[in-house]
Amino acid sequence: MTAKLTLRNGIAAALLIALALLPVYVQVMHAPFLLTLFTRIIILALAAVSLNLILGFGGMMSFGHAAYLGIGGYAVGILAHEGVMSGFVQWPVALAASALFALVIGALSLRTRGVYFIMITLAFAQMAYYVVSGIARYGGDDGLTIYKRSQFVAPVNLSNKVQFYYICLLLLFGTIYLVWRLVNSRFGMVIQGSRSNDTRMRAIGFPTYRYKLTCFVIAGTLCGLSGALLANHTDFISPSVMYWTRSGDLIIMVVLGGMGSVVGPVFGAIALLVLEEVLSGITEYWQIILGPMLLLVVLFARGGIDGLLTRIGGKEQA
Amino acid sequence: MTLFIEQCLNGLQFGLLLFLLAAGLTLVFGIMDLVNLAHGSLYMIGAYFAATFSAWIGSFVLGVLLALVATLMVGMAVEVIAMRRLYGRDHLDHVLGTFGLILFFDESVRLIWGPEGLTLPLPAWLNTGVQILPGVTYSAYRLAIIVVTLVVAAFLYVLVMRTRVGMLIRAGASNREMVGALGVNIKLLYTLVFGIGAALAGLAGLMQAPILTVQIGMGENILILAFVITVIGGIGSIRGAFVAAIFVGFIDTLGRAFFPDLLRLMLSKEAASTLAPALSSMLIYLLMAIVLIVKPEGLFSAGGK
Amino acid sequence: MTTLLQVENLAKRFGGIVATDDVTFNIPEGELHAVIGPNGAGKTTLIAQLSGQTMPDSGRIRFGGTDITGLPMYRRSALGLARSFQITSLFLDLSVLDNVALAVQAHAGHSFHFWRDARKQPELRDPARAALVRAGLADRADRPAAALSHGEHRQLELAMALASQPRMLLLDEPMAGLGPEESARMVEMLRELKQQYTILLVEHDMEAVFALADRITVLVYGRVVASGNPDGIRNNAQVREAYLGEADKEEGAVHG
Repeated sequence: MTAKLTLRNGIAAALLIALALLPVYVQVMHAPFLLTLFTRIIILALAAVSLNLILGFGGMMSFGHAAYLGIGGYAVGILAHEGVMSGFVQWPVALAASALFALVIGALSLRTRGVYFIMITLAFAQMAYYVVSGIARYGGDDGLTIYKRSQFVAPVNLSNKVQFYYICLLLLFGTIYLVWRLVNSRFGMVIQGSRSNDTRMRAIGFPTYRYKLTCFVIAGTLCGLSGALLANHTDFISPSVMYWTRSGDLIIMVVLGGMGSVVGPVFGAIALLVLEEVLSGITEYWQIILGPMLLLVVLFARGGIDGLLTRIGGKEQA
Repeated sequence: MTLFIEQCLNGLQFGLLLFLLAAGLTLVFGIMDLVNLAHGSLYMIGAYFAATFSAWIGSFVLGVLLALVATLMVGMAVEVIAMRRLYGRDHLDHVLGTFGLILFFDESVRLIWGPEGLTLPLPAWLNTGVQILPGVTYSAYRLAIIVVTLVVAAFLYVLVMRTRVGMLIRAGASNREMVGALGVNIKLLYTLVFGIGAALAGLAGLMQAPILTVQIGMGENILILAFVITVIGGIGSIRGAFVAAIFVGFIDTLGRAFFPDLLRLMLSKEAASTLAPALSSMLIYLLMAIVLIVKPEGLFSAGGK
Repeated sequence: MTTLLQVENLAKRFGGIVATDDVTFNIPEGELHAVIGPNGAGKTTLIAQLSGQTMPDSGRIRFGGTDITGLPMYRRSALGLARSFQITSLFLDLSVLDNVALAVQAHAGHSFHFWRDARKQPELRDPARAALVRAGLADRADRPAAALSHGEHRQLELAMALASQPRMLLLDEPMAGLGPEESARMVEMLRELKQQYTILLVEHDMEAVFALADRITVLVYGRVVASGNPDGIRNNAQVREAYLGEADKEEGAVHG
């Protein structure tokens, strides 16, 4: 699939380049808070891209995706707490734990459809939240401080903010590329077909359940990676990261950015988090504005930013 | 033994409260095919109104009644302003739109009432014990909750099954255009149904206020349970919601009360005290998981109202 | 001639309604067998049971000797039983070629291939294009499926059924909603396909049925009322009364 030269693609490319050059800008403008903000944006963009795999391309409305942020984060936090500082152990555990959780939850939830699926994924994610909140040893409600970031081999040093930013950015690029290839592969065709018309898929001979489950696990695992990064970024992990409204935030990013493209969620993450920054500067009660705004987007701009750019750009994307 | 009876009654009371909440949710979904995440916000508003009005007026009962009316009105306003535009759309649109409403309501409450939360004290005549069995005293207020919710449940049953309005509601669920073609004002019907749902949620919220809490975010916490109940009972089935709610109420209450002791019998003290709260909260979800494995459509699905 | 499809004592109720009532018939390989009947006769329910969308209450279905009564939908397709849908059921947000390519992909082994671009694989795209040619849609290959006319949707349905290289086609009212010109084209297409595939054709369009069918089974209220060659059915008094009379009136109204 060759990337067409369209307005949307042009802006996406420009954006990715801008992100790559951000630390330079931060240095020049003496604005370290921007680095912190955009590191967070990139980490959550990764989570949103993973969500879009099942939501936008797979049509699976999971309202429990933030659970994987928590699982990945707690894998890092708990291991660090118990003295295992090596990233080579922490991160694979984060991924494996997320994959396992996704496997179990997905196996149960994918037996249902539509509204049930939304409620069930929400309920299971919330269950994870309650369970983790109840374990006093790892901080319970108050959360767990992480005194040392994941250790890798020199010269990799996650405590170096600029280095960490680039590592996150690289992982984001890698995830985008991976999802892009996935979505256009035979596997991706099955997923897209299942979203479009699941009954028809089964009629023509695809056992769609196993493909959707696989997709669900992949998405959960990628989000677990995001969780591990988040824990490192904030040097802290708490159950609130998994609270179901966080899953809502991820969905907002995906829809705002545009569900039809791999890069859309990145637009959405940037838009939402920058908007939050700006609005909270105006008023403490910025969610009063964000709430109705969301409703308006749903009613009038369903294709999200991506859709908007595609329409303005004019060319029809097949 | 006394403790056991008390916990059973608590379980029943909690279950009935959950039923009120779940009934509203499933009613709105069954009739208007609308997934309303902001249902919990109405629960919260009911509680806040009750606490505020009771304090102003100085009377618990009057405050509560006024709160109920106010919540009904807020519900209908929300339906007219926002919900109407969501009918017929993708469920994802519902989820997102109503999620936006949650943000709006939570923040509005914080703006108006502040972040601290409120209390709703009980009047003396309710804040006492009643002897239900020789040697067993139970909170009069909790008994009142049980009675009120049972009455409301019976009223709902009669309304939906025996009245013309109920017939319209059930007909509207199966065939909207037909009902509209019959000259019934569908818009009004929907506003009414949504209002009823809101009132039920508000009632649940204000009733539990003296026992539990009045604070921001209380709606979101309990909404999950309402969802679990709806899944177990089957969407659109009020009967299913009733059975599932009682069941969930019992399991959650008894589980939290006795499961830690059970654990202590089996495991070491530290292990038990670490795991107990976590595992107790998991019980309901385990139940939901079992139902999903055995009967994914819910226990009472497909039309049982 | 070998029997390809055997239906024995098939029965299905929905609550109080008997949709399929002790239905038995056989279809030998190479035959085009039409199933007709008034509305509500249970034709679509029959196809749903044959394709695996609905499970019968009792009775057996044998395909190529294998008992497929309990097999899920996707397994029947693998055995060579392909179905087209009465109500258009396509992948509307994908392109026409993508639609057919998916049907090809379904029979090309498992799809746990995560890397290569599926739209660039000739082993998927070439058979898909071939099927489109046979269904008369070659020039619409790159359009989004949603942009096609109703008649073209029916053609796409056919192309997808063909792409799975079936032994037998279950066609559920392929002429539904087609105008006279499109209908004639569809009949020609089916006549060609007859030579290569065994076909079970459920249809209302009597002209098409009598032009194409080798044998006809008549269903009324879920029961088989008559079964035989077209002349025999045409002259069967019971059938005429129960159904053809109604159809003549219907046809008069539709074709004016």
